[in-house]
Amino acid sequence: MGNQLAIELVGITKAFGTKVVANKNVNMDLREGEILSILGENGSGKTTLMNMIAGIYTPDSGKIIVRGEEAVIKSPIDAFNLHIGMIHQHFKLVDLFTAADNILLGERMPDDYGKGPKFFRWIKFNHLSRDRVKKLQSTVDQYGFGIDLSRKIYDMSVSEKQTVEIIKVLYRGADILILDEPTAVLTPQEIDKLFAVLRKMRDEGKSIIIITHKLNEVMAISDRVCVLRKGEHIATVETAKTTEKELTDMMVGQKIDLNINRELPDNPKPRLLIRDMSVVNKEGRTVVNKVSFDVCGGEILGIAGISGNGQKELLEGIAGLQPKASGDVIFHNPKRDRPVTFYHHDLKKIKAMAAEGRFHYPNGERVDLTNIKNKEIIRLVEDEQILFYEDEIIDLKDKSPREIQELGIKLSFVPEDRLNMGLVGSMSIVDNMMLRSYRKGNSVFVNRKRPKQLADDIIRDLEVVTPNDMVPVRRLSGGNVQKVLVGREIASSPKVLMAAYPVRGLDINSSYTIYNLLNSQKQRNVAVVYVGEDLDVLLALCDRILVLCGGQVSGIVDARKVTKEEVGLLMTKVPDKIQNYTYEEMQEKGEDNG
Amino acid sequence: MDNNSKHVREPLVHLTRRLNVSARFAWLIRIGAFVLSILVCCLVSCLLSGKVSFGFFFKHLFEGAFGSGMLVRALLRDLSILLLLALAVTPCFEMRYWNIGGEGQAMMGAFGCALIVSYTSGKMPVWGTIVLSFVTALVMAVIWAVIPALFKAKWNTNETLLTLMFNYIAICLGAYLIKKVVPMGTGILNFDSGTLSSLGSGDFWIIVSAAVVMTVVMFVYQKYSKHGYEISVVGEAPNTARYVGINTKRVVVRTLFLCGLISGLVGFLLVSVKDASFLSDSTMQSTVAGRGFTAVLISWLAHFHPLAMVLTSFLVVFITRGATQVGNMARLGNSYAGMMVGIFFFFIIATEFFINFKIHFRPKAEKKPHETAPTEPEQKPVARDPE
Repeated sequence: MGNQLAIELVGITKAFGTKVVANKNVNMDLREGEILSILGENGSGKTTLMNMIAGIYTPDSGKIIVRGEEAVIKSPIDAFNLHIGMIHQHFKLVDLFTAADNILLGERMPDDYGKGPKFFRWIKFNHLSRDRVKKLQSTVDQYGFGIDLSRKIYDMSVSEKQTVEIIKVLYRGADILILDEPTAVLTPQEIDKLFAVLRKMRDEGKSIIIITHKLNEVMAISDRVCVLRKGEHIATVETAKTTEKELTDMMVGQKIDLNINRELPDNPKPRLLIRDMSVVNKEGRTVVNKVSFDVCGGEILGIAGISGNGQKELLEGIAGLQPKASGDVIFHNPKRDRPVTFYHHDLKKIKAMAAEGRFHYPNGERVDLTNIKNKEIIRLVEDEQILFYEDEIIDLKDKSPREIQELGIKLSFVPEDRLNMGLVGSMSIVDNMMLRSYRKGNSVFVNRKRPKQLADDIIRDLEVVTPNDMVPVRRLSGGNVQKVLVGREIASSPKVLMAAYPVRGLDINSSYTIYNLLNSQKQRNVAVVYVGEDLDVLLALCDRILVLCGGQVSGIVDARKVTKEEVGLLMTKVPDKIQNYTYEEMQEKGEDNG
Repeated sequence: MDNNSKHVREPLVHLTRRLNVSARFAWLIRIGAFVLSILVCCLVSCLLSGKVSFGFFFKHLFEGAFGSGMLVRALLRDLSILLLLALAVTPCFEMRYWNIGGEGQAMMGAFGCALIVSYTSGKMPVWGTIVLSFVTALVMAVIWAVIPALFKAKWNTNETLLTLMFNYIAICLGAYLIKKVVPMGTGILNFDSGTLSSLGSGDFWIIVSAAVVMTVVMFVYQKYSKHGYEISVVGEAPNTARYVGINTKRVVVRTLFLCGLISGLVGFLLVSVKDASFLSDSTMQSTVAGRGFTAVLISWLAHFHPLAMVLTSFLVVFITRGATQVGNMARLGNSYAGMMVGIFFFFIIATEFFINFKIHFRPKAEKKPHETAPTEPEQKPVARDPE
């Protein structure tokens, strides 16, 4: 056992459209009776490659050789006939059925089954006979899954559902198993259990491919590791003969100089203080775990991490969009020496604040409103004569998402589905411009004059390719949609701008337009949070990088000093000692350099 | 493996979605479908009865709709009622809240109005009764519209089922009222006093002007008001609405409040202005007479555009009234007009399919001997999103 090849891939290439090459000339092999890890960053083509083996995609060119014979796998049924089974990240189970029924579902009756007319045999096979369930239970016991197959799927935990999926594939006779990020949904204990099962299956002679991007798991489970980067096969190495460091180097590759303009932050002051933020998602899993950090005005803080490690939830938590977020978010509103307005405060509140001594007159004198008439106060406020003494400190914990927005904390979240997070696809560019601002004023009618002006400005300044400003945004290409979205957020003169994956799917030129926009915001003393996936960009654009791993901060590092490998390592593993590079250090360095 | 070499057979028919449909093309197809539907109506009528000929059909179709001043007024009145009901449900649909309870909401309005008229007529000044019945109609309809909305907002229940069921409850409540007021009656409440129509003969103008005003108001509300803007954001992109801080629940309840107001107005107009009577029985015969359901179709066919709704409701009323006349003249029975409207809807709804999809047939050439297996079933059309 161990040397015959179960699968061999020769020169596999797969492209989507003309631009995106998901896999380029990949050569890879899987031996019988081994566990092979496929390691790579997001978008490195892991899942696409596996989907080609499982018959979901067909390769554009190249050969798939299964057990020494060339195979054409055009559909999952072909893969099934070759005894290849894939367990996807999203389970394909019928909730209302028992585990046994899910596993047996769709099985054909053998011709020699039972006696009598076909119809009665069919009834017996499908509805009466329990011997199939017994056979199933024996399979289950053989591997020590420890699961009761008579339970309904809706009663099961995620880990149990996954087990059912695995049993399903095994029962159908697969001896080559592909697991797509099986550990992403599991707790550490469940992962240990899964690994035990996988090892047992390997010892039975099954060949297993496991897709993952967690290094410690790779080291723990696999016999060999195959590293992909940007669609290309980098190397396949024996796990025992490699180190985590070496794997990270292969995964992230050489540093590329991007020539993004980056200036030292000018006197960064903390703008947003996040303390012990935790977020529990709908399924009850803790996706953000006691995260604490500061964001300063005038810096770009990058957030690195493999996608799904809590980036989205963290930003949503700050923006007040996560109902189950705990912890404190303190916002330092840069109000010092700025006039107070009636936009956020009413007369009563202003009086109370004055009594606390929070205002001063332009000449520096403290404001005392106790003996001044209301009318006079209104005049003073409207003439911008009452100025803040210090920055306003606001706890965002009990503010609504709308109030948080109106304070100038903008979240421009850009996942794959741009049109559903921040834009309305069927509306024109002009109408999309109004989304943030349409509430202003007391009129019951919307005013499209200023949004139209803004739309035209954005189209001109950011070179949005569109016939006119009344085109529904869903007709625009991805890059142009992105420009519209980011342009709008920036136009609202934010104080904190959180942009998640703003360049995903954009071409080089559009990406640089976005980087320049973020840089110009930084120069305007805005606190910019940039969630990105391309480490080269993060290292070139940001001032500091916060690395998330499993919802925890695994380090806050100096983007000017850190190497790609260090960030890569932090992304896959939380170190014992967590580095926290702060703005004070940054300032000292700035003085040194200056 | 033998099935690896299996040739993938192209299905006989497959559909592709048309991109960038030009307005001209869409209107050509719609007009074509309308003409075709009338021709098929004519053909079916000719086959049903020897009395009906091509000329007979069209003569009476148009006579029934526009034959006299009175008939034109009746047509416009029916059109207005239908249009008002369609306007009531339109903002809900724009929000992707599938309110098919327009029938029940209007019915509750009519019920509220009838309740007040039955119990206060003669006991207080006529104007008092009218104002009170108007207010009650609005309040009852609003309650009926808002209950499912609150359920939706609070527990995310399915509004389609709930609003549908509420229709039947409303009709049964009406039947109960009639039994209570006239236990031995014919199942219909007639009002001699206490209604607007008992004051004079201005009923036609009241109904038509109400429809005109509401159409304009709804057009402006949808297109230029902040509420209208919020409704389309919530409907088109609920996640975006969440991101920009729109309180979706509030928008849902508020919109249904508005819907209830208009439905209540229709209920009042039906009882107090048009019929001066109230009908509701457990066989689902009612004052609203299924218009609430027709209104759903009218709103859809017009793509939720208030001005286009004038056209769609005109077509429906035209066919209904024209076909009723044809049916009466040829003694084809009561259900004849309903049949014709059904044929009309069949064609018009099919139109939307042809506008959005293109049908490709498999080219006939290169038939290999082993490929004469039965053809695969036609591909099912993808569920179309309303736009």
